[in-house]
Amino acid sequence: MVSPMSVPLTLLGLLEREPSHGYDLKRDYDSLFGRGKPLPYGQVYATLGRLARDGKVVAGEAEPGDGPERKRYVITEAGVTEFETWLKDPVAPEPNLQSVLFTKVVLALMLGRDAEEYLDTQRAAHLRRMRELTELRRTGALVDALLADHGLFHLDADLRWIDLTTARLDALAEAVRS
Amino acid sequence: MTAVIEARDVALAFGETPALRGANLSVEAGEVLAIMGPSGSGKSTLLHCLAGILVPDAGEVLFNGRRLDVMPEAQRSALRRDKFGFVFQFGQLVPELTAEENVALPLLLNGVRRAAALAEARPWFARLGLDGLEQRRSGELSGGQAQRVALARGLVARPQVLFADEPTGALDSLTGEQVMELMVDAAREQGTTVILVTHEPRVAAYADREAIVRDGQARALSTGAGSVAS
Repeated sequence: MVSPMSVPLTLLGLLEREPSHGYDLKRDYDSLFGRGKPLPYGQVYATLGRLARDGKVVAGEAEPGDGPERKRYVITEAGVTEFETWLKDPVAPEPNLQSVLFTKVVLALMLGRDAEEYLDTQRAAHLRRMRELTELRRTGALVDALLADHGLFHLDADLRWIDLTTARLDALAEAVRS
Repeated sequence: MTAVIEARDVALAFGETPALRGANLSVEAGEVLAIMGPSGSGKSTLLHCLAGILVPDAGEVLFNGRRLDVMPEAQRSALRRDKFGFVFQFGQLVPELTAEENVALPLLLNGVRRAAALAEARPWFARLGLDGLEQRRSGELSGGQAQRVALARGLVARPQVLFADEPTGALDSLTGEQVMELMVDAAREQGTTVILVTHEPRVAAYADREAIVRDGQARALSTGAGSVAS
């Protein structure tokens, strides 16, 4: 599941692909990122409302039809800028970052952006942190070294996942775009 | 800083199979660079081209600004002996020689007299935690001990560049990290540039920066304190 912090940005990414109704956004979000935990309608519309208030999206006129609301949302320039900044920034190396990484990779592939470059940027950020921890491990007391080791093993696991994902980008791109 | 080793558009094929396709890489004097990449990506081939062991089909390899790839084999061989040190995945010690003689080997090959070469080799045993193992042969050493002997051999002649190809690949993680620590400390102390091939991020984390080889092309990963957003 996508981290709660990333839901607005993920919706912006889906809107960058094409203007969409809230219903379509929820459907795509659930199938790509929900992982058995669908996004409640209330959260979709509340998020879209906040994005509209902040000038990141604009809502079209209400369209006739069944259902609670039939508005088509369009991303603005400010929304695109915010989304692109988020997509390019590596995630802080910390436990359980896979969900955000995965979201970014899928959105990058869906939108025809360079997912490999993004993964390399993330790899560099991870290695930078690993260098810091290695230095701590070399120079610190035993307790510091053990804590550094814990961090290093987790980062190592992330990097293995990044390697595997990099190797499978073509197949993943096909799956995401189909 | 000056580039001590540089690859410019280096290409090399083994028969019909391309191993390198226009690889570019620059290594500064005194830096420790890790070359990473998946199996079969061409990272060891690139290392061998940089060290003048393999000659590329196209492109240039420069050592201190001089074209290495156009030198005759005898000249490259002399350069490897005088200026370069090597550590491989499996120590590749000479089994007939003692550990001490193995360490002294590059000096002996460079014409240093035996007594002087052995005198130069001996301090490395204490430095790398190998005290008392000087007279052992490679069959009587553990994997970690043999690799430390190989490391001493790689550094004893104070090479300008140390090439290390998966130097911890055959060791358990703790022993591997001890070897890496010793390698980086010793290289820094004597100002030796290290070019290290590894697929292990924990090993690469000992380097100053990393390059990644993918499909025969090298790419430097960004360095420094770039922003890391959450």
